[in-house]
Amino acid sequence: MWAAIVITAAGCYLLKLAGLSIPDKALDRPLVRRIADLIPVALLGALVAVQTFSIGQTLTVDARVVGVGAGVIALLCKAPFLVVVAVAALTTALLRLAVG
Amino acid sequence: MTPPDEAAPRRTEDEPAQAERRAILADSFGVAIATGAYGVSFGAIAVTTGLSVLQACALSLLVFTGASQFAFVGVVAGGGAPISGAATALMLGTRNTLYGLKLASLLQLRGARRIAGAHLVIDESTAMALKPKDPANARIGFFATGASIFVLWNLATLIGALGGRALGDPETYGLDAAVPAAFLALLWPRLTTLRTRLTALCAAGLALCLVPITQPGLPIIAAASVAVIVALRPPTTPARSS
Repeated sequence: MWAAIVITAAGCYLLKLAGLSIPDKALDRPLVRRIADLIPVALLGALVAVQTFSIGQTLTVDARVVGVGAGVIALLCKAPFLVVVAVAALTTALLRLAVG
Repeated sequence: MTPPDEAAPRRTEDEPAQAERRAILADSFGVAIATGAYGVSFGAIAVTTGLSVLQACALSLLVFTGASQFAFVGVVAGGGAPISGAATALMLGTRNTLYGLKLASLLQLRGARRIAGAHLVIDESTAMALKPKDPANARIGFFATGASIFVLWNLATLIGALGGRALGDPETYGLDAAVPAAFLALLWPRLTTLRTRLTALCAAGLALCLVPITQPGLPIIAAASVAVIVALRPPTTPARSS
């Protein structure tokens, strides 16, 4: 277990450092710049979907969907970050409490 | 977008930049509290899957990228070998390389700052670095978010690991919905063009299709391909500079 933890730690750090150490020139190409712009959008979109609609390798619809939906309404109302997160958590918790 | 004043004041006297800095700092701590709180569930989950308190804390201190850590304990909990947990965590960690690629030109970190800063390259610190219009505030957003999450995430992991099951199910508090909501709130300001909206939607769709048929973590990495495919098409309208 410890070996796996050390490998994960070293690898994850090197992956982070590699990104910061890539020469600036690499970013001067329009394609690379567009990819770098869109990567966070794609990954964040995927993270939202996966963490809302799945448990492990199972797709599911549960109280989280309603909670995240409430978060969307908060975002549409231009609520600050923490309010959005709190609304999503509270809605989900209350719904679970109500449904049992 | 707005051209700077001809006689641009020094940054220390730049009112909009200062106001932005205060907003960035407030947002940074907001993000840190939300993310840090979730560290409690990481600590608790790690311990219930058979890791020791020390191992759970080591993951938060040394790996320090939440999704990779959850993937690690998730694979171990699912009966996977620790080494396949490591492999999944590393694959998920590749997105930090892409974040770093984006941050390198923005933050211009050198020497010791780069060595230390690299450890803080995560979803939230990247998002907060990309938010400000003022480049100096990008650094503040990055370091304030990264450092405060680091402190809170590790404290929360320790609390969660010590408390274990005694703390109860994090789902009772809706924390499992707080995480996607936090990612959505980070994504929201970027969804200003059809291009970004399409990218986010297609990435989300692809990831969901892959969830049942791939290892946990892979759907997220695969979604990066959507960004590459969309980027291959040059924008029809001139790129909006931000």
